[in-house]
Amino acid sequence: MIEVTLITGRTIGQGITIDEKCEEEYVKEVAICELNVKDMEKLGIEDGDVIRVSTQEGEVFVFAKASENVGKGTAFMPLGVWVNAIIPKGTDSTGMPTFKGIRARVEPAKGEEVLSAEKLIGRIINED
Amino acid sequence: MKISDVVCPFCGALCDDLEVIVENNEIKSVENACKLGASKFLRIEKRLKKPMIRKNGKLVEVSIGEAIEKASEILINSQKPLLYGFSSTSCEAQALGIEIAETVNGVIDCTSSVCHGPSIIAIHEVGCPSVTLGEIKNRADLVIYWGSNPMHAHPRHLSRYSIFPRGRFTERGLQDRELIVVDVRETDTAKLADWFIKVKPNRDFEVLNALRTILNKGEIHQDEVGGVSKEDLIKLVEKMKSCRFGILFFGLGLTMSLGKHRNVVEAISLVRDLNHYTKFSIMPMRGHYNVTGFNEVLTWQTGFPYAVDFTKGYPWYNPGETDANSLLQREDVDAALIIASDPVANFPRASVKYLSKIPIIVIDPFENLTTQIANVVIPSTIVGVEEEGSAYRMDTVPLRLRRVVTPPKGLLSDEEILRRILNKVRK
Repeated sequence: MIEVTLITGRTIGQGITIDEKCEEEYVKEVAICELNVKDMEKLGIEDGDVIRVSTQEGEVFVFAKASENVGKGTAFMPLGVWVNAIIPKGTDSTGMPTFKGIRARVEPAKGEEVLSAEKLIGRIINED
Repeated sequence: MKISDVVCPFCGALCDDLEVIVENNEIKSVENACKLGASKFLRIEKRLKKPMIRKNGKLVEVSIGEAIEKASEILINSQKPLLYGFSSTSCEAQALGIEIAETVNGVIDCTSSVCHGPSIIAIHEVGCPSVTLGEIKNRADLVIYWGSNPMHAHPRHLSRYSIFPRGRFTERGLQDRELIVVDVRETDTAKLADWFIKVKPNRDFEVLNALRTILNKGEIHQDEVGGVSKEDLIKLVEKMKSCRFGILFFGLGLTMSLGKHRNVVEAISLVRDLNHYTKFSIMPMRGHYNVTGFNEVLTWQTGFPYAVDFTKGYPWYNPGETDANSLLQREDVDAALIIASDPVANFPRASVKYLSKIPIIVIDPFENLTTQIANVVIPSTIVGVEEEGSAYRMDTVPLRLRRVVTPPKGLLSDEEILRRILNKVRK
């Protein structure tokens, strides 16, 4: 397990699939977490492995993606259903949720399923 | 048939030089558009075709009249409905949405509250040394993107407005300009920069404050601030002071990080201070193609740019209280009309959980995650592809969106759907 600072943001793949959220392509583009190669080595994971990303709000399972863009200790997830499942409650009295700079933990999660957007939302709205 | 000078209805850059090839009312290709813009024109087949109402837990097809009736009934029976979205539709539809919100004593908000809402709060405090994209193209010799990755979110921004075009006083284009990118990660935009400055996450405020201190006092006591060395901070200040015409574009890297509107206040204040030395401006990189339009329309109708509450009988604006996420997380609305937006996909878990407990009306051309939990779904035509309309570019320049194909029979525009709902709720 490693602790990271989680950043969310737009990507071109997320933008192209924005009107196709029920399609497989959206999962491929958005259900990912970019990590520094050294952090991935530390976790013993490879590109495409399933990982668990968790914050004080909850946990989500996504695919790991090696990236040279993020530094050690930073993780990047495209804006969308998966990262929103772990964005903390509250807006600091501004109306804006905290979508960037969130403390999170990342660990390998071999055997876990990366849910489709519909299944993940279904799980969220049906939980207590 | 080639249709020229088409305005792209995707992002806030509103590129107005697209060429769309249409044969037998079918879009064959789109020229000059980026991948995002092209997808908006070419992926219109997978759309919603019929209005639907949830009956016994399942969405079933109904007539447009029945869907409008049910939507109106939900709004009338609600004590405090939320009307949300509006950033990807026309100003004409936005104006009708505001009228409905006022009529039903609801709250109206757009996607600003999850993008540049904090920028607007900052502008209330310190103003905004603004500029148009045309002036930037013709004059800017120093371009800074801070917490913004246009190569992914506004792919033609650099080629049309900021870095690559040849302008009146920047005749050699790229050679007459310097590009600096400030970000917490080395984005694809950062890779194009003459100088990439990496800031530690959540430390933008401190870096901006240090730049202001160096600019105004000439010195800081720290050797490093937010991951940036004192030497680099001084070098950056010198570059900003000595340019002929500078522009600071900023994105959600400032508005979504720790400090939120305070980061933007500091960025605007830095630009304001720079105007003692040279000409410098600042501009938020607006996301949805007409989010700026909603802020404009709502301001001229109510005096406030987003998150306006009509429950008191007059417009009340207080982000942190009257915005969509604060209302949903406080469980303070009892119905929602969502148009041209997908909050179930884009809001945090806590907001989605409450949204799923209240009646929802969705008006959208496409199936999305909010339509899946909605009680009423009304498919609409696509503004800028199948309907004309007005939209405001990120620099608040209004442009006219065009119709390039005729929509399928039976589908109404956002404007017409809202007009019919307004007529019902008025009765």
